[in-house]
Amino acid sequence: MALTTAANAKKALSPPRRAPRRTGIDRMDRKRQRWGWLFVAPFGVVFLTFLVAPLAYAFWMSLQTNTLATGTTFTGLANYVKAFSDPIFLGGLGRVGQFALIMIPAQMIVALVAALVLDNLSTALSKFSRLMIFVPYAIPVVIGALMWGFLYSPRFGPATDIFGLIGLAAPDFLAKGSIFASLVNIVTWQWAGYYMIIIYAALRGIDPAIYEAARLDGANGRQIALRVKVPMISSSMVMVLIFSLIGTLQFFTEPQVLRAVAQGAIPVSYTPNMYAYSLAFSYSQFNYASAISFSLGIVVFIGSYLFLFVTRKQSGLK
Amino acid sequence: MKTKLLATIGVIAVAAAALTGCSAGTATKTEASCTNKIVNKTAPQVTVWAWYPAFEEVVDLFNKTHEDVQVCWTNAGQGNDEYTKFSTAIESKSGAPDVVMLESEVLSSFTIRKALVDLTEFGANDVKANYTEGSWKDASSGESVYAIPVDGGPMGMLYRKDLFDKYSIPVPTTWAEFETAAQTLKTAGSDGVLVNFPTNGRAFNQALFAQAGSVPFVYDSTSPTDVGIAVNDQGSKDVLNYWNGLVQKGLVTTDDAFTADYNTSLVDGTYAVYLAAAWGPGYLQGLSDADADAVWRVAPLPQWDAANPVQVNWGGSTFAVTSQATDKKLAAEVAIGIFGTDEAWKIGVEKGALFPSYTPMLDSDYFTNLEYPFFGGQQINKEVFLNAAAGYTGATFSPFQNYAYDQLTEELYSMVQGEQDGSKALDDLQASLVKYATEQGFTVAK
Repeated sequence: MALTTAANAKKALSPPRRAPRRTGIDRMDRKRQRWGWLFVAPFGVVFLTFLVAPLAYAFWMSLQTNTLATGTTFTGLANYVKAFSDPIFLGGLGRVGQFALIMIPAQMIVALVAALVLDNLSTALSKFSRLMIFVPYAIPVVIGALMWGFLYSPRFGPATDIFGLIGLAAPDFLAKGSIFASLVNIVTWQWAGYYMIIIYAALRGIDPAIYEAARLDGANGRQIALRVKVPMISSSMVMVLIFSLIGTLQFFTEPQVLRAVAQGAIPVSYTPNMYAYSLAFSYSQFNYASAISFSLGIVVFIGSYLFLFVTRKQSGLK
Repeated sequence: MKTKLLATIGVIAVAAAALTGCSAGTATKTEASCTNKIVNKTAPQVTVWAWYPAFEEVVDLFNKTHEDVQVCWTNAGQGNDEYTKFSTAIESKSGAPDVVMLESEVLSSFTIRKALVDLTEFGANDVKANYTEGSWKDASSGESVYAIPVDGGPMGMLYRKDLFDKYSIPVPTTWAEFETAAQTLKTAGSDGVLVNFPTNGRAFNQALFAQAGSVPFVYDSTSPTDVGIAVNDQGSKDVLNYWNGLVQKGLVTTDDAFTADYNTSLVDGTYAVYLAAAWGPGYLQGLSDADADAVWRVAPLPQWDAANPVQVNWGGSTFAVTSQATDKKLAAEVAIGIFGTDEAWKIGVEKGALFPSYTPMLDSDYFTNLEYPFFGGQQINKEVFLNAAAGYTGATFSPFQNYAYDQLTEELYSMVQGEQDGSKALDDLQASLVKYATEQGFTVAK
């Protein structure tokens, strides 16, 4: 009833000449939309060719099983069942889980402290420091890992000399027991600067009047930092966390590069991504490698979703 | 990490495109992607992947002396780097070269994927007499011949004569004497060690086992789903326990092989001995930071039983024709002909420091009497390597050799960490290989 009234009212209000003009606008909209699609097309083509199509193909491959001796057969989800009961894959997941527990807080703390300190300074030194903390991110990951490989080397690295000064033997950074910490160090070195810039930018976006108000209320510097600044940038912090969580679950480049100098300490299946890589390119099991990759993708998706759900209040998504 | 991973994938995509461009080049007969110059531009081209040192000169020689065919050469990486690309090209059914350089140990891994052409129908057996028996056996499977042998790796012991003299160590001829030498060096307080035992030695470790009679795999491409696995024989266990003893006593180091650290240790006197294949001297001479006073000599590999010496081989490579080759007959002609002349081998020996499987060169007086300035004029072929090569009768590798080596590395690393002894390492290796082979659909004979 109400609808009819409204429709009637609308009809009554609109002048009869309106109808042809409206189709004119629609045509213009459609024309605009066509241009829009045209502008999106270059991206669309690349997106479809290099992301969607390979993903679809990999998924199709993951539904088949190919063994060296017997050839290819369609086996549906059997590869996924195998993946989620494969001790090597699960072990790799456990390892990246440990990395996530150690590496993410390490990066966050370094990035947050650096950003808070730099936010308080306004000297030339602060600009210089900001640049220096950011520089490691500008170095390609492969180059960075190669460089650290040399720094960790007992022969070429500085550790032997430094420890020699105080009469101690340098630890072997590439041994089985220390490789975990060595990798955490490389990643923190490389990524803390990047996260620092994100957090710093968020801090810059806060109205300084708020600090003044806090100060008038008797808050000291530490209280302003922890009680005012950190809560106000929580959405950026959540973003940084999600970046580093996804990156850690997909951990690949650093251990893969460092493996060249520590093949014993970093086996081919050290992380799930390394496992998928070696399955495909060393052992020519492309189908199972696709399944492992998709399984990892599922885990990353669920992990990220759960994380976003838990932090929905902080991230402002709620 | 994610963005950079994507960037890396981008780079790989570009590289893959470049490789595809190479194969397209064959069809359209452009020479844009060849590393070498094409002499005879009207002749059909055959693409070749290889990483031999001084190979460009060999290619030039071939192209200058052939009217009907030209070689278009690309260095697609060394060993596993090349195999990764080749393997991807097989999977994607395009992008492989016509002729590819493969070490004999990986041939089965590619024949099982039907990536290589049986060369018997292209006249391979006509040149059989030109190759050593062992190398020919490595390149064939049953009646089929899947590659033409190029070079071999008979093993010897390269040692630092200056260090041996300094510590008055006699050159060991048996492994027992070898251990004594290692102990002498340590007792004398040397900074270095006698030798390094790399856990990632792969074919090197396997060669040490072979000296004690290990036959790890039985495989024949005529019955491609049957494989025999026996990596935990008593001989291999004895060898490994011997080395583990040296490791646990601190007489040898366990650095990874083929790293920058290892390369420097090889030439700066940290290791007094380099247990090497015949291509080892070439490798050694290519390294920087060498000790200027180093005096290198070669002796035969130490033996378990001096009365019954066993010779072993480490490495050795071949040329195979891929199933993607456009003109297989022409490709076979290249595979057979490229290292099939004395002139080519002269370059290979003098500039590439290769050890030929090609008997006209191998048996020549020139090669036998060749004096190597790096070894103070020692005739290393006559004294050591020819004898070692003559005693080698061939080996069989598994169709999943890369996996087998990766597993061996893991087990050896665990052993030198003191987590298990040599016997358990090999028993575990046996179990994991049998499991893997069964999963891959093979019928496994133990």
